[in-house]
Amino acid sequence: MTEKQPVISIRNITKRFGNMVAVDDVSLDILEGEFFVLLGPSGCGKTTLLRMLAGFEMPSDGQILIGGQDMAGVAPNRRPVNMVFQSYAVFPHMSVTDNVAYGLKIAGLEKSEIRHRVDEALDLVSLGGLGTRMPDQLSGGQRQRAALARGLVMRPKVLLLDEPLSALDAKLRAQMQFELAELQDNVGITFVTVTHDQDEALSMASRIAVMNKGDIAQLAEPSDLYEHPANRFVADFIGSVNIFEGKLTVDEPEQAMVDCPELGRVFLNHGVTGAHETTVWVAIRPEKITMLPAGRAKAKDSPADTNIAQGQIKGMSYLGDVTIYDIRLDSGRSIRVSRPNLSRWDQEEFSWDDKVSLHWHPSSPVVLLS
Amino acid sequence: MSLLNRSPIAPLEYTRRLWMRAWIGATLFFLYAPLLVLIVFSFNDSKRNIVWRGFTFKYYGKVFENDTLVAALGNSLTIAFLATLVSIVLGTLAAVMLWRFRFPAKAGIEGALSLPIVVPEICMGVAMLVFFARLDWPSDLVWPLNLSAITIAHITFCFPFVTMVVRARLASFNKEQEEAARDLGASEWQTFRDVLLPHMKPGIIAGALLAFTLSLDDFVITFFTSGPNTITFPVKVYSMVRFSVTPEVNAASALLILLTIILTTVALKLQDFTKATA
Amino acid sequence: MQDWKGHKTAFAAIAAAPMAWLIGFFIIPLAMVWLYSFGRNIGLTEIDISGTFANYARALEPLYLEIFGKSVAVAALTTLICLIIGFPIALAITFAPEKWRPWMLLAIMLPFWTNLLIRTYALITVLRTNGYVNMSLGWFWEQASGLKVLVGLAPLPTWEPLPLLYNNFAVVLGLVYVHLPFMVLPLYAALDRLDKSLIEASLDLGAGHFRTITQIVAPLAGAGIISGVIITFVPALGAYLTPDLMGGPDSQMIANVIERQFKRANDWPFGAALSFLLMYATFMLIALQALRTRKAEARR
Repeated sequence: MTEKQPVISIRNITKRFGNMVAVDDVSLDILEGEFFVLLGPSGCGKTTLLRMLAGFEMPSDGQILIGGQDMAGVAPNRRPVNMVFQSYAVFPHMSVTDNVAYGLKIAGLEKSEIRHRVDEALDLVSLGGLGTRMPDQLSGGQRQRAALARGLVMRPKVLLLDEPLSALDAKLRAQMQFELAELQDNVGITFVTVTHDQDEALSMASRIAVMNKGDIAQLAEPSDLYEHPANRFVADFIGSVNIFEGKLTVDEPEQAMVDCPELGRVFLNHGVTGAHETTVWVAIRPEKITMLPAGRAKAKDSPADTNIAQGQIKGMSYLGDVTIYDIRLDSGRSIRVSRPNLSRWDQEEFSWDDKVSLHWHPSSPVVLLS
Repeated sequence: MSLLNRSPIAPLEYTRRLWMRAWIGATLFFLYAPLLVLIVFSFNDSKRNIVWRGFTFKYYGKVFENDTLVAALGNSLTIAFLATLVSIVLGTLAAVMLWRFRFPAKAGIEGALSLPIVVPEICMGVAMLVFFARLDWPSDLVWPLNLSAITIAHITFCFPFVTMVVRARLASFNKEQEEAARDLGASEWQTFRDVLLPHMKPGIIAGALLAFTLSLDDFVITFFTSGPNTITFPVKVYSMVRFSVTPEVNAASALLILLTIILTTVALKLQDFTKATA
Repeated sequence: MQDWKGHKTAFAAIAAAPMAWLIGFFIIPLAMVWLYSFGRNIGLTEIDISGTFANYARALEPLYLEIFGKSVAVAALTTLICLIIGFPIALAITFAPEKWRPWMLLAIMLPFWTNLLIRTYALITVLRTNGYVNMSLGWFWEQASGLKVLVGLAPLPTWEPLPLLYNNFAVVLGLVYVHLPFMVLPLYAALDRLDKSLIEASLDLGAGHFRTITQIVAPLAGAGIISGVIITFVPALGAYLTPDLMGGPDSQMIANVIERQFKRANDWPFGAALSFLLMYATFMLIALQALRTRKAEARR
């Protein structure tokens, strides 16, 4: 197979609402067959970007190509993309079948063809047999499937989904995450999804663009986002993290050292890109820190007095699979540590005000330059 | 705005489309041009009042020299004031009654309370005429008692509007506030005064302004209840218009339009306009 | 909600005044008119309530039926024109930027707050024979005539002012002028409640604006459109002032006939019968609307 072609090219897109810049000079390519997720907190510009792809907002600057064609001046009803709305926007005065058939009727397809494709689409989203129902007779999940079928039946180049799972309850959402990913795999249509929910993004996406204040903070595959965040915003937004400010003191190709006033010296067994003596930030995930009773910790593969810290337990929250500990370091800063409850008695090992020592592997911390 | 903002028009930005702007412009022209012409020519120094002959205030002077016109304006304002006062009391009580209690024939009573809103004005005017004639309601009392028949008629069609507005406001009341007040030791009356009444206040103000305007505006019902000594402003203008179009009527009308604008502005200020409607 | 039985004192304190007023000054007067409609004149001011249906029978004579029919036609035409003008306006307000919306609503509402008589009078001043509309038209006519002379053609005949007042045209125009806000507000309320993404979904699926409006917006805003139609139609049907001041001898509407029975012809029983017929017609429309909304709510 040849290399995948970008189905959507976003080139230097800017969107201003009055003085507010919603999307700030964003460029990115979305490849054919991808499950692409735009992830970010509310107000980061992700929905605006999606709506510009659909044609409901006009960019103030820049260019959008879909299938190689410039979309400037192309109305939403003439674009080769379809959208699944956050509220689903299932027409309440039409049956499920009529909803799904709506776009095909406008396209002027033959009746038999329409019927065939509608049935196919309904089966695809497991709504077969519910075609005669009215939307108010459907559950939230079913309405969402109807909206999905209505978009898919058009066989668009790209299906745009605006917070597709936000209106569902937690259990159903988890189930739909898998189904959506599987569905996308089956139909082979490019999906572009907007969400503020990192779990949703990590579980479904082939690639994720994390957006912050109208800008793309990082564009990467899910595991890279978590293990190799590009900056403090991404590290903090995806999952839970401890971030400490420090100075880069050793900066060699195979190893590095960061002096953090609040954490101690952090040794890394790989090089970092950063100038000597500059301010950097060290990020460590709570699950990558080992906690032991005071005095028992010793960092492996690390020089003495590095990758180790002492503190006292100031808070505990038992979450079932893991317990989260809030530890006050000797420097006064708090650090978060999570510990899997591997046996049924693990959570009883530590208790409030216990003195503990912490250590971590030199490959665990990530050094961030911004 | 449109000069600076040249970004393409999004599909639902109907207000930025030229044909829509033309449509809105034409409609506003249709609505406002006659009123503007009327106001402008109240300052025109000409009896025939079509060609501009120079600026003058003399017709405003004439309005105030015209004793019956001034008296009519006074009557109208007095009636509107009294009718509003009684209407907000009756209307608020009725709103609380409907919102608060379950009682027999409630749907019927609710319907009856909205009747004065929907009954054609002419039918209501006729009913008032028949009623006061049958009762031999005295019409030669001293001012302002001679206005009582008109005021009563106005209250009857104004207070259901107050009920409607206040009731809509009550729908947004969180009953737990009331329960919280009771929980903190307030009596039923104290709860009403300290919790419910403040919540209703915007509705009551809106209802009062509505009642005032409706009363000031009414011609048909007043026409059937007024006697020779109880001319209101609309009735007076009516009789003047029947005879001829004069600059004097223009001036009097312009004054009333000014009053309307003042009242509207006050209403909007009181209700924190842009926030309330947005 | 509390049951009145458990709170009799509070209920009585709250209900007494408005109920007494409603009965004393509204129900009783209406009841008197209703009784009169079954009576006949005996003497100048004496009316004998004999239970006769003669007044209603007389109302069904062709002369009055025609006036009824004409009133309905004029009110229907007014409503239709208001709908055609008002729908795009309501649509525009709905989709206007948020900070403009209250001002646009205000622009539509302000004339509504202005005295009805003044608005009618203002319209009369611009429409009369030597009013502005005729003056502008005359000016255009002369320019056109001058232009024809300029290119060597015979000039147009002398301008005759159009009879814009004191006819049925004037009545409809006046009623539209007065009732337009009645139409725009319920339409706006209905459109504003509509989920905008439904419209976007329709556009997204390939429909154009016109198709979206006919297939999605109109059916979904149907209840609002109907209530706008009724809110406009009902007062237009019972209009008195506009046909009285702007109509000609043949543009009398039902309200004018009623007024004449009471003020000039002094035939109160017949006037009472007519006004109850008008009231029944109004009630029927409103009941129909109430039934519709109740059904719609029951379905939900």
